[in-house]
Amino acid sequence: MNFIPFYQRWRGTILLILALVIGWQLLYAAIGEVAMRSPLETLHDSFVLLAKPSFWPHVQETLAAFAMALVIAVVSGLVIGLALGFNRLANEVMEPMLVAFYALPKVTLYPIILLSFGLGISAKVAFGAIHGVVPIALFTINAVRNIKPILIKTGRVMNFSAWDMSRRVLIPAALPEIFSGIRVGFALTLIGTLLGEMFASQRGLGYMLMTAIGLHNVETIMAVTFMLIVFAAAISSILLAIDRRLHKRA
Amino acid sequence: MSVTRVAAASAMSPQAGQAEAAHVQLTGVTKVFAGVQGSDGVHALGPIDLELRRGEFFAVVGPSGCGKSTLLEVIAGLTQASAGDVAFEGRAIAGHVPDGIGVVFQEDACFPWLNITENIAFGLHKAGLPAAEVHARVEQALTMMGLTGFAHHYPAQLSGGMRQRVCIARTLVTRPRLILLDEPFGALDQQTRLIMGEELLRLWRETRATVFLITHALDEAAMLADRIGVMSARPGRLLDIVETRWPRERDSRIVEDPAFGAITARLWRSLREESLKAIGKA
Amino acid sequence: MRFFGKAALLRIAVVLALIALLELLCRTGVIDNFTMPPPSRIAQDFWHLLIAGKHFAAILKTLGNAAIAFGLAIVVGIIAGAVIHGFAGLREALEPLFATYYAVPVFAFYPLLIVLFGLGEIPQIIIAFMLGVIAVIMNTLNGLDRVPRVLLKTARVNRLTPSETALRITLPYATPYVLTGAKLAIAYALIGIIGSEFIMSKGGMGFEIAFAYTNFDNATMYPLILLILVASIAANSVLGYWERTLLGRRGQQ
Repeated sequence: MNFIPFYQRWRGTILLILALVIGWQLLYAAIGEVAMRSPLETLHDSFVLLAKPSFWPHVQETLAAFAMALVIAVVSGLVIGLALGFNRLANEVMEPMLVAFYALPKVTLYPIILLSFGLGISAKVAFGAIHGVVPIALFTINAVRNIKPILIKTGRVMNFSAWDMSRRVLIPAALPEIFSGIRVGFALTLIGTLLGEMFASQRGLGYMLMTAIGLHNVETIMAVTFMLIVFAAAISSILLAIDRRLHKRA
Repeated sequence: MSVTRVAAASAMSPQAGQAEAAHVQLTGVTKVFAGVQGSDGVHALGPIDLELRRGEFFAVVGPSGCGKSTLLEVIAGLTQASAGDVAFEGRAIAGHVPDGIGVVFQEDACFPWLNITENIAFGLHKAGLPAAEVHARVEQALTMMGLTGFAHHYPAQLSGGMRQRVCIARTLVTRPRLILLDEPFGALDQQTRLIMGEELLRLWRETRATVFLITHALDEAAMLADRIGVMSARPGRLLDIVETRWPRERDSRIVEDPAFGAITARLWRSLREESLKAIGKA
Repeated sequence: MRFFGKAALLRIAVVLALIALLELLCRTGVIDNFTMPPPSRIAQDFWHLLIAGKHFAAILKTLGNAAIAFGLAIVVGIIAGAVIHGFAGLREALEPLFATYYAVPVFAFYPLLIVLFGLGEIPQIIIAFMLGVIAVIMNTLNGLDRVPRVLLKTARVNRLTPSETALRITLPYATPYVLTGAKLAIAYALIGIIGSEFIMSKGGMGFEIAFAYTNFDNATMYPLILLILVASIAANSVLGYWERTLLGRRGQQ
């Protein structure tokens, strides 16, 4: 598909996004000011918010919590994934438990986390991290276990040292799948962090959202949601493009 | 003049030297695959003129990429020819698979969620046969293919060779008059291939069907077939048709016959250059 | 998963060891009772909760709504997946959106839905549905992708009509993969309903848990949390067992 120019490749998606925006406008026309703002108004409100000095501490709070949660999720996920990936027995024992944990509605655990970590930023970080760590771990396990044995044999025939083997065989072979896991982990960690902020926090974008909902401040609800979506979508798309590239090579 | 009328005419008034109407007739069959936007199409096959006689065993050999599989799919009705006519039993084939044709593919086509018996009986679902008849045919096919102990096993529990036998059995129970096989033994080791070849000959004799086999193994073609078509590199055309004149009752020991070596040599003489061309192109 | 294999026994041992550890930590005060009572206590409270039946209405409401959202997600998801699979252009256009979908804070749409549909059950069910349906669609697409072409060719050789092919070949082949999506849909349905109940609701388990939390009522809160976890694991196990049986027959993991 390399010869399909960028425009043609993304044409369908761009059209869909346009359709969504038009749908938004139509919905607004139908429902009115009581519950929505038009796309243009929301865009305007977003810029207004961005200009307000009181907005940025919230952004900082959320970004800080998210960044910490993501780092913890990625590091823990990789460590767990690699450990279980290379050790057959440990994997057989632990993987079903990981999978079961993945399927749990972690939002239920939130009160427990609040009780354990208190009402500060650490609760949010914990909440975000537990959302992201499991998919990263599971994908990493998969990545390691799916390294074709023939590749390892080839390395051994060439007398690769452990370092060479890791650098030139194991990591490149496992990277595409690990990266997919990180991509999914990114999205889930973000959701987890935001949920954490929405339920019990005094600062951050999630908190802004909850307050706006309580005060029925439609402009803020729409502007913050819009900006969150744009942020998430932008980074997700970049990660997706990298993901595709890695997989194509593999 | 349409092929249909030509075939029908020759069926009604056999000419000298033409014993009966061709079972399958291809005239000027060509296949061009449309290109993705920006690139040209691929001329994969043809033009091909070919007649298959009723009840014969016809093999096709050729270098990789020459369009053998495409040819098979055109005959089966799975792919439509870009140009030319295909007729089976006098009736034109166009885009659909006619009644009376069975196909065995190279890949494992067993349905993994059905057991062996259900797999074999799969094609009889539409025939509306009474249950007793279905059961009888399946039992017969199991015996014919040496699968009797495995009736309730699942494909995953069988070896590759046995799974291929299941696919052949599934084709057999529908009593096809034309059996097409696309490198059916490609995934098997040489010894198994030879044995399976003998099985195929036995089936061919018992069912009296016309068999069309694609293979890349020259010895297999030389051993099994009445006639062998040699295809050129892409776009595949028929370079040569070799007649083996083997007796109908034959098995793998035909390789001892001195003619076998001569036939194989003749095949390779035609094929060697085409194969080099095919690699050069690739 | 063999229930008496070495790995399974080890797993049970690990779980029991963790529970025992928790019990120890709670009883010795390393984890104070205020934060979490010992597991034995939670089990007792759990039993009392079930007997008393006080929260039965809330439990029914939550699980019922989750079931509805789940059912909708499955039906719509499978149909949408099948349709999208048929149109390559549509699918290509949608794929980036699917990939970024889960980064979107769907809960932010909750107020909008309340305005549209009132304060009843519908906004929650819609949110839960929105979370789950994409997982079903993505896994349905994956399952449909995996149907080997040779099986579809076999269908044509046997002169099956498109609907016969879909019913007798595509559906059975893709089912295990659809089940993977179904398992995710259960989780998302529960997250959607309970999360919504946390944010803003007059009833349901989410509300009861939040209420118990604010009133320092661990005796109610932990059992309720445990109940949801148990329900979730149970539903997941059933689907997982079905999925593994189907795949096991094929010799796949």
